[in-house]
Amino acid sequence: MNSKFFFPALPGGSPSGDGYFGAFGGKFIPEALVAAVDEVAVEYERAKTDPGFAAEFEQLLAHYAGRPSALTEVPGFARHAGGARVFLKREDLNHTGSHKINNVLGQALLTRRMGKPRVIAETGAGQHGVATATASALFGLECTIYMGETDIRRQAVNVARMRMLGATVIPVTSGSRTLKDAINETFRDWVANVETTHYIFGTVAGPHPFPAMIRDFQRVIGVEARRQIIERAGRLPDAAIACVGGGSNAIGLFHAFLPDTDVRLIGCEAAGHGVETGKHAATLSAGEPGILHGSRSYVLQDDEGQITEPWSISAGLDYPGVGPEHAYLHDTGRGEYLPVTDAAAMRAFRLLASTEGIIPAIESAHALAGAIEVGTELGPDGLILVNLSGRGDKDMETAARYFERDADAARAEGAQK
Amino acid sequence: MSGNLRLLADTLARARRENRAALITYMTAGFPTVDDGIAATKAMLNSGADIVEIGLPHSDPVLDGPVIQAADDIALRAGVRIADVIRTVREAYQATGKPVLVMSYWNPIDKYGAERFGSELAEAGGAGCIFPDLPVQESALWRETAARHGLATVFVAAPSTTDERLRELTAAGTGFVYASSLMGVTGARDAVSTAAGSLVRRIRATTELPVCVGIGISDAAQAARVARFADGVIVASVLVKAVLDAPDAAAGTAIVAELTAELSRATRRHAD
Repeated sequence: MNSKFFFPALPGGSPSGDGYFGAFGGKFIPEALVAAVDEVAVEYERAKTDPGFAAEFEQLLAHYAGRPSALTEVPGFARHAGGARVFLKREDLNHTGSHKINNVLGQALLTRRMGKPRVIAETGAGQHGVATATASALFGLECTIYMGETDIRRQAVNVARMRMLGATVIPVTSGSRTLKDAINETFRDWVANVETTHYIFGTVAGPHPFPAMIRDFQRVIGVEARRQIIERAGRLPDAAIACVGGGSNAIGLFHAFLPDTDVRLIGCEAAGHGVETGKHAATLSAGEPGILHGSRSYVLQDDEGQITEPWSISAGLDYPGVGPEHAYLHDTGRGEYLPVTDAAAMRAFRLLASTEGIIPAIESAHALAGAIEVGTELGPDGLILVNLSGRGDKDMETAARYFERDADAARAEGAQK
Repeated sequence: MSGNLRLLADTLARARRENRAALITYMTAGFPTVDDGIAATKAMLNSGADIVEIGLPHSDPVLDGPVIQAADDIALRAGVRIADVIRTVREAYQATGKPVLVMSYWNPIDKYGAERFGSELAEAGGAGCIFPDLPVQESALWRETAARHGLATVFVAAPSTTDERLRELTAAGTGFVYASSLMGVTGARDAVSTAAGSLVRRIRATTELPVCVGIGISDAAQAARVARFADGVIVASVLVKAVLDAPDAAAGTAIVAELTAELSRATRRHAD
């Protein structure tokens, strides 16, 4: 193994041969997809030990995506986080504006190895769709992106970007018209077109080998950040914090720190209007074990196993499932999962913009809100690493609407007093 | 009470003796209401269907096309429960004495409890289950439950399934093998895929179990073609669509009965 990205199995971190992290994972898929999913697994195992694959992946990450991404200390923001030192891992500075490009470049290379001319993908916030459309343009692949109708409305800029890059964007009108339904529709396409098509799954969920493979492609985040923070702060952080929808940016950050048992790994889930209101997407905080999109993990479901509709202001976290490795880290206690409301995330969103001149994605703002909470707990001696998984350009309309409503509500309240 | 795996096997054997393919039809439980779904199911069994599959509606039917998705959605919005699915099985079986299977995604059963579901299904007179997203490798718990309660476990084989996997799933399955005629979700197609014939041949090389073909079969002519080489013909979406498009439930039941009778005639091999 001569690549810095593909490490040998880490303690407790890698799945069993049939794709289980403890009780979570596996392969709950239609028979028609078994051959294709197995092909991905076999090809990925081969690619992992092929120095040519690793070298090409690293070249793309360095010279196309722009890695390593910066580590930025944010003292202005940190004053509001108990005075702890806070560093941001700047995945927002990657080409296409988020961490999603890491995984997509890996899977695009794999698609080429498998000789498939077409890729499909789901997208919530549009970041994975944009990354997939980008890699498709680069590799000359035909590309179709499924996106919930609700998300198409709230992430219009990313829809325009995908179309500019040559992708076909198909609105999904079933269910809650968000990420979950987009994934269902992408699976339906895959079943029908599996011979010509690879499904570039966007997060560390889905059937084995997707959770492990996508984690491996995202591990670079934590590998770089661990080295950078030791260089800059002289020690490991007290906490590594990331937002969790499906959980790809979080697992990418966490994985390099798994053996560092003094480093708390904190995933911030979308609590929407509040976990107690039922309008949330806090799967690990409020869900229970179940099966969704090909693996056993935690899900939001009713008493008879029907998946319930999640809620979050952030399209990328608006998902009733979570990757199986997070379920495993949750149950073993190695990971902590913190619910963060829309309101707390939006406060952190504005705070980072006004104190540091960095507009985060609303998804990433959930991690920033978590940092405020953890920093307040740790105080001035604390050292916090936050994964800024994406940038907020796509969210300007949602943010403007949110703060306008917020101001209206404040005025109305003031008038009543 | 033990489930009706034996009745399922006998039904398929009798159809074979009578030189015809068995007709297996599908209806979503609770659609458009629980009682209307039961009426449509009984109508199918009384109009020539040998076996029925009762769909347990799910929020995320990833292997279903728009028609069954719509039916699931209507049933769930109306508040259908697993108890209603069991009642549908019970009433259809008691009224006709014919085998009734449940088609379900795995999560509702996982949540409800495999043992609880299996024992209730057997007690209601059900013959077994088909779980389209539960591959053989994840099915051990269910298969033990099914064996304990005399229920069939029908696995789906796809054109992409390798010969090695076919051997595994036909060895693990009971009742019959569900051969998917094409690569794709449920829903009517204009022509039966040519993949079906070769898949059935490959399956037969691994098992004595009857092989029934489904997915995409939408009219009598297609059913007749499939009946020449399969032990059973499975028809689903076109029947569900008839109910969806009908002006009211009674009309839907009447159309479903008519379609079933037509399909049933088509499955007799000497007819062509």
